[in-house]
Amino acid sequence: MKEKFTTLISTAVPLSIENIDTDQIIPARFLKATTREGFGNNLFRDWRYDAAENPKASFVLNDNRYSGKILVAGKNFGCGSSREHAAWALYDYGFRVIISSFFADIFKNNALNNALLPIQVSDAFLLEIFNKIESDPNTSITIDLENQKVSIGHSSEHFDINAYKKTCLINGYDDIDYLLDLRPEIKKFDLLHK
Amino acid sequence: MTKAKTLFEKIWDAHVVKRQEGHPDALFIDRHFIHEVTSPQAFDGLRKRGIGVFNTARTSATADHNVPTKDQHLPIKEALSRHQVETLRKNCEAFGIELYDLGHPFQGIVHIIGPELGLTQPGMTIVCGDSHTSTHGAFGNIAFGIGTSEVEQVLATQCVLQHKPKTMKIEINGSLGKGVLAKDIILYIIAKLSASGATGYFIEYAGSTIESLSMEARMTICNMSIEMGARGGLIAPDETTFNYMRGRKFAPQGEDFERKVEDWRKLKTDDGAAYDLIVKFDAADIAPMITYGTNPGMGIKITDRIPNTRELKEIGEYASFNKSLEYMGLEGGSSILGKAIDYVFIGSCTNARMEDLRLVADMVKGKKKAEHVEVWIVPGSKQVEEQARKEGLDKIFEAAGFELRSPGCSACLGMNEDKVPAGKYCISTSNRNFEGRQGPKSRTFLASPLSAAAAAITGKVTDVRDLMDT
Ligand code: SF4
Repeated sequence: MKEKFTTLISTAVPLSIENIDTDQIIPARFLKATTREGFGNNLFRDWRYDAAENPKASFVLNDNRYSGKILVAGKNFGCGSSREHAAWALYDYGFRVIISSFFADIFKNNALNNALLPIQVSDAFLLEIFNKIESDPNTSITIDLENQKVSIGHSSEHFDINAYKKTCLINGYDDIDYLLDLRPEIKKFDLLHK
Repeated sequence: MTKAKTLFEKIWDAHVVKRQEGHPDALFIDRHFIHEVTSPQAFDGLRKRGIGVFNTARTSATADHNVPTKDQHLPIKEALSRHQVETLRKNCEAFGIELYDLGHPFQGIVHIIGPELGLTQPGMTIVCGDSHTSTHGAFGNIAFGIGTSEVEQVLATQCVLQHKPKTMKIEINGSLGKGVLAKDIILYIIAKLSASGATGYFIEYAGSTIESLSMEARMTICNMSIEMGARGGLIAPDETTFNYMRGRKFAPQGEDFERKVEDWRKLKTDDGAAYDLIVKFDAADIAPMITYGTNPGMGIKITDRIPNTRELKEIGEYASFNKSLEYMGLEGGSSILGKAIDYVFIGSCTNARMEDLRLVADMVKGKKKAEHVEVWIVPGSKQVEEQARKEGLDKIFEAAGFELRSPGCSACLGMNEDKVPAGKYCISTSNRNFEGRQGPKSRTFLASPLSAAAAAITGKVTDVRDLMDT
């Protein structure tokens, strides 16, 4: 069972960079843990800290005007590797939603498998969100998963999510629970496919 | 009459255990590969649920991502890497999975050993917790990377839940010019389609150019499908495929094999089958390629200038583009030829097979590397390493000042000690030029093994055609 997701109201962190790849989200040298926890400390490591391990003031996660459970990012977020560590790191850091105008496929899957909701919005709406939170970091965003609606101020946009994944998130189900129930059928299939 | 299907659809449909409206398909997986980085949490999941592996015969393991490429017989020095490899060892033992550990004659990069051992076969579904699983598609199967939650699903049920992707055909016809390799073909395609241009699709590569390629070259192409966002890429099997596979360790043997071949010959897209998208290229337009930026879509012909912001299609790209050039220490509008490099990495699941090493050896035979350049040649597997030594390639490399190391992912992702230092330039045969991929602040130029070898000799980005006999 995963954490259940219904509605989230939170301020957001704006990261207006495109093509953010999994190596930026969590550099490979931090993938050596054998558990799922603790990756948040190294989230965006090389953007967050300089070579002497001091926080870089210019990076948005170090900018204390911004906080919240929502990360707003540029187009094609999560490209690169299939490592789920990227989703774990974002979740472990405290994010529950990523908003972008485009997501890489495997990342989207991995996020959804870890109760992290990727929300794809139009380029225009993404720009509006960036503008609003940058002009007032206290602006909050509302995510209504049931009605598939993301709102900021007076504007809102519908977002798509696969019906099955939506049910899983709302109820905290895992794919694996569904597959485990299919095991007798799979066994038959396996024997026929030698 | 049954509906005409693409090769992808045929294989997919033959593996659906359960299909429900509005629900992802439960897709049966024939072959599962695991390695030390993306598997430990999956095994933990099984332990927490108190279940075993569904069918141990369908999973194979190897240690590749963070293994050292020197002194592999000694214990791994770096504690966390050692712990990860030891965890893999313990998990494989506890759950009964075959492991090709360090020191085993079959050890190597997971996407190199699968095909090499004949574990990778046409018509299969293949997954691994690694995005370059797409490599295996060169044999006419559906192969794609998965996350650790899905690794757990496969271990527990031999299935993954997946939505069927859209299909794209990339057709390339004509003959390749001098000095142009499979790596140049795929870098060219990605430059044309962009780093996200194939997201949501599964690609089939076809056309006379593809048909003329060796299995090694086809693997290089399928390998980088993911770099344009595709789930994977496949190529219909043909005589080249069957000849490569005949006699491989885990391939069917003798008459069984020939019977299988008869089935595999049917693995083709039907006439009249529809793809969601078709893209065509002419091989004559492809030249030796190189990337200049920090995603694999930022590639140009090695003789071209680096674009400047004026040439970008979308205004929104400015910031990322400039950030990328700044990271690389390059000027928009300038030429990339002649740019001095510091490191050369010939390795990774894209280009570390025998064919690659032979090409490099041919190019550098009797020559010496530029003084200031460090060259790492990291074979894709123990078998490749052994074969290279048997053919005397190690001697050729040594005479040129190159170092032939032991197999692993190495500087492809810099998880072991093979890291490119900050600010240094590396011309690399791997598949990703992301910021910090080869080490914090490292700068990567992706290119073919020939272009990398040429740069090793001259010490700068070089058009390999200038070094080739006419
Ligand atoms: S060689 Fe590089 S791309 Fe290939 S599996 Fe290893 S890390 Fe991944």
